[in-house]
This record gives sequence, structure tokens and C-alpha cells, in this order.
Amino acid sequence: MAVKLLVIGHGMVGHKLLQELVERQVQGLDITVLGEENWPAYDRVHLSDFFSGKSADDLSLVTPGFFDRPGLQLRLAARAVHIDRQQKRVTTADGEVIGYDKLVLATGSRPFVPPIDGHQRAACLTYRTIDDLLAMREWGAGSRIGVVVGGGLLGLECAKALRDMGLETHVVEFAPRLMAVQVDDIGGQMLRRKIEELGVTVHTGKSTLDIVDGEATRHRMRFADGSQLETDMIVFSAGIRPRDELARACELGVGERGGIHVDNYCRTRDWDVYAIGECAYWGGKTFGLVAPGYDMARVVAAHLCALLERRQAPELPEFAGADMSTKLKLMGIDVASLGDAHATTPGARSYQFSDERRQVYKKLVVSGDGKRLLGGVLVGDASEYGTLLQMMLNGIELPDEPEFLILPSADGKARPMLGADALPAAAQICSCNNVSKAQLCDAVAAGAASIGALKSATKAGTACGGCVPLVTQIMRAEMKRQGLAVNNHVCEHFAYSRQELYHLVRVERIRHFDELLRRHGSGLGCDICKPVAASILASCWNEFVLQKEHASLQDSNDYFLANIQKDGTYSVVPRMAGGEVTPDGLIAVGRIAKQYGLYTKITGGQRVDMFGARLEQLPSIWEQLIAAGFESGHAYGKALRTAKSCVGSTWCRYGVQDSVGLAIALENRYKGLRAPHKLKLGVSGCTRECAEAQGKDVGVIATERGWNLYVCGNGGMKPRHAELLAGDLDTPTLTRYVDRFLMFYIRTADRLQRTSVWRDNLEGGLEYLQQVVVQDKLGLAAELEADMQRVVDSYECEWKKAVTDPQTRKRFQHFVNSAEGDSNVVFVHDRGQIRPATPEEKPARRIPARVTTE
Amino acid sequence: MEDVLTTQGWTLVCELDDIVPDTGVCALVDDEQVAVFRVGERALYALDNFDPNAGAAVLSRGLIGSIGDRVVVASPIYKQHFDLRTGQCLEVPEHSVRAWQIRLEGGHVLIGHPL
Ligand SMILES: Cc1cc2nc3c(=O)[nH]c(=O)nc-3n(C[C@H](O)[C@H](O)[C@H](O)COP(=O)(O)OP(=O)(O)OC[C@H]3O[C@@H](n4cnc5c(N)ncnc54)[C@H](O)[C@@H]3O)c2cc1C
Repeated sequence: MAVKLLVIGHGMVGHKLLQELVERQVQGLDITVLGEENWPAYDRVHLSDFFSGKSADDLSLVTPGFFDRPGLQLRLAARAVHIDRQQKRVTTADGEVIGYDKLVLATGSRPFVPPIDGHQRAACLTYRTIDDLLAMREWGAGSRIGVVVGGGLLGLECAKALRDMGLETHVVEFAPRLMAVQVDDIGGQMLRRKIEELGVTVHTGKSTLDIVDGEATRHRMRFADGSQLETDMIVFSAGIRPRDELARACELGVGERGGIHVDNYCRTRDWDVYAIGECAYWGGKTFGLVAPGYDMARVVAAHLCALLERRQAPELPEFAGADMSTKLKLMGIDVASLGDAHATTPGARSYQFSDERRQVYKKLVVSGDGKRLLGGVLVGDASEYGTLLQMMLNGIELPDEPEFLILPSADGKARPMLGADALPAAAQICSCNNVSKAQLCDAVAAGAASIGALKSATKAGTACGGCVPLVTQIMRAEMKRQGLAVNNHVCEHFAYSRQELYHLVRVERIRHFDELLRRHGSGLGCDICKPVAASILASCWNEFVLQKEHASLQDSNDYFLANIQKDGTYSVVPRMAGGEVTPDGLIAVGRIAKQYGLYTKITGGQRVDMFGARLEQLPSIWEQLIAAGFESGHAYGKALRTAKSCVGSTWCRYGVQDSVGLAIALENRYKGLRAPHKLKLGVSGCTRECAEAQGKDVGVIATERGWNLYVCGNGGMKPRHAELLAGDLDTPTLTRYVDRFLMFYIRTADRLQRTSVWRDNLEGGLEYLQQVVVQDKLGLAAELEADMQRVVDSYECEWKKAVTDPQTRKRFQHFVNSAEGDSNVVFVHDRGQIRPATPEEKPARRIPARVTTE
Repeated sequence: MEDVLTTQGWTLVCELDDIVPDTGVCALVDDEQVAVFRVGERALYALDNFDPNAGAAVLSRGLIGSIGDRVVVASPIYKQHFDLRTGQCLEVPEHSVRAWQIRLEGGHVLIGHPL
């Protein structure tokens, strides 16, 4: 008989438990999960990404098919309301009764809402679930002013969300400073100043008496000191309380401030009932972070396995408390708190550094003998967090003058940091997913040679992302140590990455491959570095790709300006910017396709592809297309392909902007642009998103006030939703941002790296990209725009050039010494059109290909 | 020209200038398709044009390069590499092709027999 396991709560920790059990392939377990929310487990840590365009699907922690396995059942919108420990059964709100052999409570916490009069009024919300966010969005749309009650970590994050919605935003905090738990007084002041600069008003030391009707707004908050604040909506974020109500009712022990008592195996006093995550109370406290919860999930998974297998397991993992250090970014401000931040350890000494101009505050707490780091606070710049945390956790002996760990160095060079080598192999680098340095090194040895590969191999850095810089450092060090020579070299002929080659080409103004090879390469080059060089040269100087010096670099597609197909014929795609085409244009395409007997198909990029053209037919086909007003569609190049659009405000009842007009303008602006890989654009005229712009490298969605710009999306093999780079832009600003974004990608991406993969590997992620593109942190914006303008200004239709240049035109012959065509090309008819014959069909049903002579 | 053409067993297929350096062309030699490659200014190689991996006559349209000491062409369809001297397919040796005799005479490119 299978053991019946019932899990109450399908949040982050509950799901972690399921993953652990599935990974261990435990036999004989029949698992039922009750989740109160309408969504399967999602990444609550990144909840606020919902406001920057992530959907519930994007945030989901459940991989497709996860619940398809037998013995695993998820019930959503199913709240447990009663536990009967004697009968071992649980009742749900719908009255269903479910028996269990083992029960796990993973019910998390609920936001604490102070019981002030008026807290239940409409537009008084909390910030914990996707449903909460939907409500915030709905109320936010009709509000002008928003107040967040609570100036802690979550409160500040919530304030950012309100501000991003365009609300006048206030934070009301009861304590005399912000983030009272994590930072000290001076750190709190610094944080306050920074946050106020961002346009959020902070009120500290305020205790709210009640909420009543406002004058010009929905509410008025009245405070104990007699002051008041008018607002349209209020979000409570004044701490959390463990959801232990079920446990209380069935008399499992709870802590004095809430939380279900558990032992080192996370068992409650009833050994058939476990509690994990934020609802558990261990060693006198609860844990409001995800990493300790994940630890508990692992402990319980191991415990259940051992029980099922009736194994004596002396080495069973035990929960041993957790370090509550955190690093986060609040409104773009780095804030970190480590260990004993308030120096409560007897004899502790502290060092502080503050720079009011740069608004940086740092504090170290060290042991009385000065040898060990006990804790610290970092505000404004938390780049030392990873190092300090490792020093603290691993008890690494401090240098004689520990203050230098936080002081800026005089010569402007980076301070000697704790190298990755100094860390013991067992050091836990990613605390969210419990990944040690040794595991990272093993993954590198097994071939993970990029941060993206390392993330997918080990899961390190995939939860909160705070350890990514350290993970990168360890990866580099380990690759070097293993003699892998951090090799992002393009190929054996160039000991440089694509980015480095790009730089060399620009700085040394190299115009030809021969010169590049002579100066920086070896051998003859190959099918890898030649197209890379061709693309870089084209991005930098935009000379005709078939010019004699560049011709031999081009992949067959670029060499013949068409897409080679499996049988050696080509497909032809004229540009139809934005998917717009006149009836005469369509007739011309149809007439030409008919004349040459081509197969026609509509592409995903909203244009027509004509297949089955023989090499020798390409120039005359294009002559006719050009005469009909068409230009090259660059379907053959690692280049801008299309800007897909919906019909937009011109015709559509719902459209709010002219999406077709913008798509055409963008496509025409960037046509011919060569890049590390193909580029696709999309423009939607309203939030219904009919152009699927969020699946494109650059996606634009119309808003009432302008355009939202999304970047780095992808369809294809590994779909990825694009992320919001900037919102409500006017068209000129949008264009400038797209210029910068594309050029920055072209400069820094690896060979054949789509924007989505490039973004996943970008240290600093979306925020960094915003800094570069929107805030111009690198001071590159003007240069990137100028580079783009040069490419735009030097655009020429390659096909127009090719057909008018006799030298180039000569190449379009199958035989150098005969006008015949390739007899190996054979078509058969299917559904009224041609297709290449299969090898079996070839000898039997030959349709002589029509050879059109000019 | 006359005497070149009559040279026993050799076919004049084109002039050296007809081939852009570091690219290939395809020649018809007695009903067979031969890919002719020019590497640098004067080095010439010839292979069957038919790529057995793809089942298409396309090798002349591949990119020329080197892998270690070997001079190779990469098939434009699935990118396997063929040694220009021997026709050996580096990735799938059973899909190797024939190399052909080739020589340059006073600017004329002549193809002989398969090696
Ligand atoms: C906005 C935000 C930002 C955060 N940022 C960070 C961060 O940067 N770093 C960090 O470490 N942590 C962060 N956290 C905290 C982190 O999300 C939690 O620690 C983590 O989600 C705890 O997981 P859990 O499974 O214990 O609880 P939850 O994820 O809350 O899951 C509990 C689930 O159980 C369900 N449930 C409760 N009672 C019942 C019942 N009776 N029947 C059925 N289902 C029930 C709940 O509806 C919920 O879905 C953040 C939290 C929020 C809200």
C-alpha cells in the first residue's frame, strides 16, 4: 500500500518539497497537494516582476508536465480548513475530506494588517500573492496617490511598484527608520535620502489611528501625532505572520509570536505532521526567507525517503538554522545586511564608512579579537556582499586592518578581494538552492563554460540571483585552473571573443578580413570566423557584402543573397515592411512565382517566401521584384528580419496607436543591419498584443501615452518573454533606445547568440541593460546612436547592387563552364505546388525544372 | 588554347580570374559536377560537387578555411568539413568524396580525373 502524503500549501517551499521527492524517485508515495491560491507555485521572490511584464506563467516554478506523473496530484483553489489528527484526515473549504498517513504543512505567512479602524475599506490591499498584484493594478489604474504602510524590505519594494504605476507614492513607517530590522540608524537615513530622491515621500515614526473618507481622495489616514495623509489606495506591508491557524486548532505547539514548533527534522510534536517554510518555528524563531525554507524541504524529503525505505540513516540531514543575511535592490539601490548587523554580540567592534556625496554607507561588525567577521550593513553599494558573506560564513581570518574591506581604494583600482580560490570547496555559494563551490567546479569540469550553462547545470543563481557575480568569478577561476583558459575564442584562428574582435575592428579601423587575419589571427580562417568577421565588418562599415574582399567570407546564404534549401535551391523573400503589401505588390509576387514555378508560403514574419529558385534564376527573379518596387528582405542574413505588426489604431476598434506605421518605420530604419544573429521586431497597437511583440528581440506595445519597449524575447526553440526596458515612450525616444539597445547587443554578444541568450548571460541582468540603454551609465549612448545612424545612412539594397554589377551577377550560375542547370534538382507536385523530390522519387518522377534564360 | 584542350584527359573549365580568391565554382566535366576551389591567389583544388550528407550538389558553394594543417571546405547545408586535398569528410568519413586532378596552366584551369 502506498503511503499517502498530504501537503497543505503549494507555495515556494511546498513545491520545493515535491521537486525533492520527485528527484529522489521515491517509490510508494501517493502525494496530494492542496493549494489555496488559483495558481500553481510561483516565484514569490520575484513577484514584483509581474509589474514589469512577467506573466503568472513566467513566474511559475512548475515545469510543464511536472504534475503529469502518477501518484502526484495538485488541487488548486482548495483551502484546508480542518485537521483531524486522530482520524488522520483533512477537510477542505469545499467539504471534501482527505485522509493522510503523513502530513506536511507548508502554509507560509500572511501579511500582517494592523487592526486599525478602516483597514477593511475598499482599496486597502496587501502585497503577497499574484491576486494581490492584480488588485493593486486594478485599483492603481484609477488612483492618483498611493500609500504603503510599512518601510521594511517588502514595503519599499511595493512602493517602487506603486511609483512605477505612476502614482504619487508615500511610505508610512511606525519605527523611526526604514528597514529597521536589517540596517542601523545611519544606514536607514542614507536609504531614506536615496529613496526620497526617487520621488517617494517617507514618513517615519508615524502610528496610524484610523482610515476615514478623504476630501479629494478615497481615504484619509489619521496619525497619532495629529497629522493626516490623503490617499486613493493603501497597501499594508507591515510584516508577516506565520499561517499556523490549522496547527493551533489541532493543538500542535506554536511559538509565542506564531509559527509551528518543529524539531531538527521539521517534525511537529505529532510525528506524522511536519511543518516547513515560513510557517515553521524552530530554535525560537521563524524564517521569512526562501533559502531556509528550501533547506527544510530538503530535510523533510530526506526524512520521508528514509522512512519509506525503512533505512537506518544516521547521516540524515537536519535543519540547523539559517543565516539571514540578505542583499537586495530596492528601487535600484543596493542594500545588504549580514549576520549581526546591529553589533549585539558581546565585545563586538564595528567599522563604519559613509560617503554622503555618493550616498554610500558601509559598516562591518567584527569579533572582539578582530579576527572574524560577525556582520555588516551595506547601503548604496553592495558589491562586497558576496565576499563578506563568504568570509563570515566560513570564518575566514580577517586581514589586520579589516576596514580596508569596505574603504574605497585610493588609487581607484579594485580592492584586493577575497579570491574565489580562498573559499573552501564546501562553501555554500548559492544559498537559495544550496549549491557549493565544489558543485560549481564539478559542473565547470563537466563542460559548463558560460554563466548560462552553469546556471542550468547547477541551478545556482536562479532564485534570487544575488550570488551570480561570485558564481561567475568561481567559474572563471576554475576554468583557468583546469587549463580551460576561459575560452570564448571565436575559433582556432582567432584567440579572441567576438566582442574583442569587434573592438579590434573598430579601434584599428580594419576593413578587410585579410587584414584582420594578418594582424590578429592565424591559418586561413574557417566557416566560423569568416561569417563572424563579415558580420562585424558589415555592422561597422556597412560595405557591400559581395564586394570582392568580403565575398569569400559569406556563408552560402549571404554569398548568393538567398536562403539555401536542402536540395541546393534557394528561397527568395522580398521585404514587406510591417507585413504591409499592396494588391499590385501581391500580384507581382504571384506573377513572378508563377513564371518561375516557385512554391509560395507565408512566413511567420508576415511576408511571402518563394521556394525552389535555382541559382541561375535568382538575378532575373530579383530584377523583376525590384521593378515591382521590392527590396531585399535579408531573410538570408544574420540581420534584421521583420517587424511584425497588428493592424493598429488605423483600422482596429481597440488599437490605441498606429502600430503598422511604427513597424514600417522601424523595419525600414534597421533593414540591412547585420548582427550576431537574426533579429526580429514586433509592434502591437494595444495590450491585446496581437503582434506577439513579447516574443521578439525588440517588442513594442502601444499604451495610451506612447509605447512600452520590451527586449530580449524569443519564440523558437527556447521561448522567452521579453522584458520591459522602458515604458510610455514617445516615438523619437523609443527609436533612440532601440538604436542603443541593438548596437550594444551587436557590440557585446557572442557569435550566434540571440538577444535572449545574451541577456541571460549578461551580468547585472535587466537592470544593467536599463542602466546602459536608458540611464546611459557607461556614457556610450551617443556613440551607439551615431554608429546606428551610420549604418542607417549607408543602407543600400544588396539585390539592387548585385543585379546591376556584372561581376557579381556572373557568379549566379550553377556551372562556370555551362549554362545548364543542376540536374540533381528535381521537383514533384504536391497540393498544387512543387516540392523537392525525395531520394526515392528522384529517378521515377522527374519534372524537368524550367530553365528561364534571360 | 587549342593545345591545352587537346591535352589528353584534361578539360579546360575556366580561367583563374573567373574564380574569386577563397571561393569555389562548379564545373561540368563529362556530365559530372566538379567543385573547383581557389585558395589564396594560385592554389587550386577540385572535389566532387555532390555532398553525400545533404544529397545535394552544393560543395562549390561552401566556405573555405583551415582546420589545423588541413585546408577544408564546409558544406553549406549541414556544415561538415571536407579536406580539399583528399575529399575526406572529417565528421562522417563514410561520406567522403573524390578529389580530382587539377592544374593551372598560364591562367587556364584544367581538370583531369578523379584521384
Ligand atoms: C514581494 C515579496 C518579495 C520577497 N523577496 C524575497 C527575497 O528577496 N528573498 C527571500 O529569501 N525571500 C523573499 N520573500 C519571501 C519568500 O517569498 C518566502 O520566504 C517564501 O515564499 C516562503 O515560502 P513558503 O512556501 O513557506 O510560503 P508561500 O510561498 O507563501 O506559500 C504558502 C502557500 O500556502 C498556501 N496556503 C496557506 N494556507 C493554506 C491552506 N489552509 N490550504 C491550502 N493552501 C494554503 C498559501 O496560499 C500559499 O500559496 C519575498 C516575499 C514577497 C511577498
